[in-house]
Amino acid sequence: MLKIENLHASIEDKKILRGVNLELKAGEVHAIMGPNGSGKSTLASVLIGREGYTVTGSVSFQGQDLLALSPEDRAAAGVFLAFQHPVEIPGVGNMYFMRTALNSLRRQRGQEELDPMDFLALAQERMKLVEMDQSFMSRSVNEGFSGGEKKRNEILQMAILEPTFAVLDETDSGLDIDALRVVANGVNALRSEGRSMLVITHHQRLLDYIVPDQVHVMVAGQIARSGGKDLAIELEENGYAGLGQQENADRLPVGSTR
Amino acid sequence: MTAPTTTTGISDEVRDLANQEYQYGFVTDLDTDVAPRGLNEDIIRLISKKKNEPEWLLEWRLQAFRHWITMAEPTWQHVSYGPVDYQDIIYYAAPKPKKQLASMDEVDPELREMFNKLGISVAEQERLSGVAVDVIVDSVSVATTFKDKLAAIGVIFCSFSEAVQEHPELVRKYLGSVIPYKDNFFASLNAAVFTDGSFCYIPKGVRCPMELSTYFRINAADTGQFERTLIIAEDDSYVSYLEGCTAPMRDTNQMHAAVVELVALDNAQIKYSTVQNWYPGDAEGKGGVYNFVTKRGLAAGVNSKISWTQVETGSAITWKYPGVVLKGDNSVGEFYSVALTARRQQADTGSKMVHIGKNTKSTIISKAISAGHGQNTYRGLVDIRHSAKGARNFTQCDSLLIGKDCGAHTFPYVEVKNPTGQVEHEASTSKIGEEQLLYCRQRGIPEEEAVSMIVNGFCREVFKMLPMEFAVEAQKLLSVSLEGSVG
Repeated sequence: MLKIENLHASIEDKKILRGVNLELKAGEVHAIMGPNGSGKSTLASVLIGREGYTVTGSVSFQGQDLLALSPEDRAAAGVFLAFQHPVEIPGVGNMYFMRTALNSLRRQRGQEELDPMDFLALAQERMKLVEMDQSFMSRSVNEGFSGGEKKRNEILQMAILEPTFAVLDETDSGLDIDALRVVANGVNALRSEGRSMLVITHHQRLLDYIVPDQVHVMVAGQIARSGGKDLAIELEENGYAGLGQQENADRLPVGSTR
Repeated sequence: MTAPTTTTGISDEVRDLANQEYQYGFVTDLDTDVAPRGLNEDIIRLISKKKNEPEWLLEWRLQAFRHWITMAEPTWQHVSYGPVDYQDIIYYAAPKPKKQLASMDEVDPELREMFNKLGISVAEQERLSGVAVDVIVDSVSVATTFKDKLAAIGVIFCSFSEAVQEHPELVRKYLGSVIPYKDNFFASLNAAVFTDGSFCYIPKGVRCPMELSTYFRINAADTGQFERTLIIAEDDSYVSYLEGCTAPMRDTNQMHAAVVELVALDNAQIKYSTVQNWYPGDAEGKGGVYNFVTKRGLAAGVNSKISWTQVETGSAITWKYPGVVLKGDNSVGEFYSVALTARRQQADTGSKMVHIGKNTKSTIISKAISAGHGQNTYRGLVDIRHSAKGARNFTQCDSLLIGKDCGAHTFPYVEVKNPTGQVEHEASTSKIGEEQLLYCRQRGIPEEEAVSMIVNGFCREVFKMLPMEFAVEAQKLLSVSLEGSVG
């Protein structure tokens, strides 16, 4: 589904990604862990087409050259990012925003748009997944939302927009254990054979709830190690110390699910 | 407030002289549809005669003209434009269909097509929305609808010219009572040469059951527009008035200097909404409308309330400060504004709130959006006089910048002469967030649509003050006006 090859990204002269290789198959959930500044969020940004990076390498998504597409075209292709810091859009109703987004995607995919009533029915059903009540929908996008509410709102959007590939950028950060459970349940409910996910996190804790097929460790802009879900537990015990020296990523199993 | 102007015994000699000049002047042809370019007393006499006006009104116009020629065009506003040649403007133009019209069916098909282009089939408006539309095409009213229904409850809603003929006592009493002819350069000019406009009178205790709406339209090339609107709300009455404008493409600048006067008596309420979409000029700023408007309401009575809501998306230059003089105790003044400047547009706009009565209260919410090379200035005056015990004002000015070549400026003036006055001012300036745009685009919303969505959200506080169908139109206007301003 997604194949990242030798991906480099820099801002001005600062190299952040230094040759990332990664492959996700349909239905797989991979976790990316790693210390601060290792390039995890940059990877997410580059995948959705944030401006400001100089990017080389290739990202193939369902046979398409993802890097050649605009952010909205990537969304239409089925790419979704649950933002680490969802932005507030004052005065724009949450419901209206999501309906506009869904209908934009449907339009670009040649599907019929949903009218407000049909959308409301869909939204109400999906809101149950993340235990949100309707009052969220009449508020402005993320405005005055608590950290946990913002994260739930991201997962709700994922549930409504139904991407084929979702990146969850530190969706667990700032969540208490109850909110974490709600968000994780929402994510798990959205796991399906046709949908892949890349879960970026600092904490093994999230992976107790969202059990990944593979865990990758990113250090200094490269995937330094890959393994099964036990790797997360090992990291939790030993930390990232020592991984930094293993710069020779080539000898490590990379995207090893061929 | 000044006393209504009265005829000041113009001498027979002067009148004879005037008539003589008129007789031999180049403007004697009463059947002419278009006056020659330029402005002098003859032109004013022509206009007045064309409109069959009473002597006192001609005299008032002449006084205004004689004052105007002593004045200089203001230069303090934060806009720049080439010199306006006031002698190169046509001050009177009548539209082709001259006979009185009984129904919209009699309207010139060309005019009707124009309405269709505007998306406002007048007949449809009349039938579907219950809006009485007083259509002004080039200075003269060609059709007035719903008049009979309104007349049944005593509401007068007609063209200004008609009001002069049918209700001269009301016009004479209130004309210039809020904005005297000496008020400012453009108001003086308007007083001298105004050709038509709207008149609205709501009698005591009447709540006007429908929104009164006038669509203004400029259609003859190089015709200066000088409308004059007067709205009077008697004790315990209510009226909501809508004004909407568009103009076709033009090569030379069109000058527009309207005057709107509102009078609200005891417990009366006037809500005045404007959507202004005149031609803003091309990408280089050529050809747009110059919009120099004086709008003021007099909250004369106790507990009276006047609200201005404006959405300004058009014109090359906007110079406009709708204000309220809060004379009655406990009276309320409100100003809600969205001003958008894109391309090379310049706007210097804001509000004046003059607190005279006790416990008077005013609110100013201004949303300025700048894109392209647009320059947007908020200029406001909150003036709390000695007598205004317990007066309060809240002002909020927010500016949104799109792109790097535009500008936003804020000049809030505050004068408080009563120690019990409370004035609050909040201001913010923000760039349309890259982060907001990326968020929208990541969700699949194309960039232009995202900008329009973010901008409309920014303006929501103002839009929600507009009548429903106007709010929808305003949102569309913003989106259209912003086209091409990103990317």
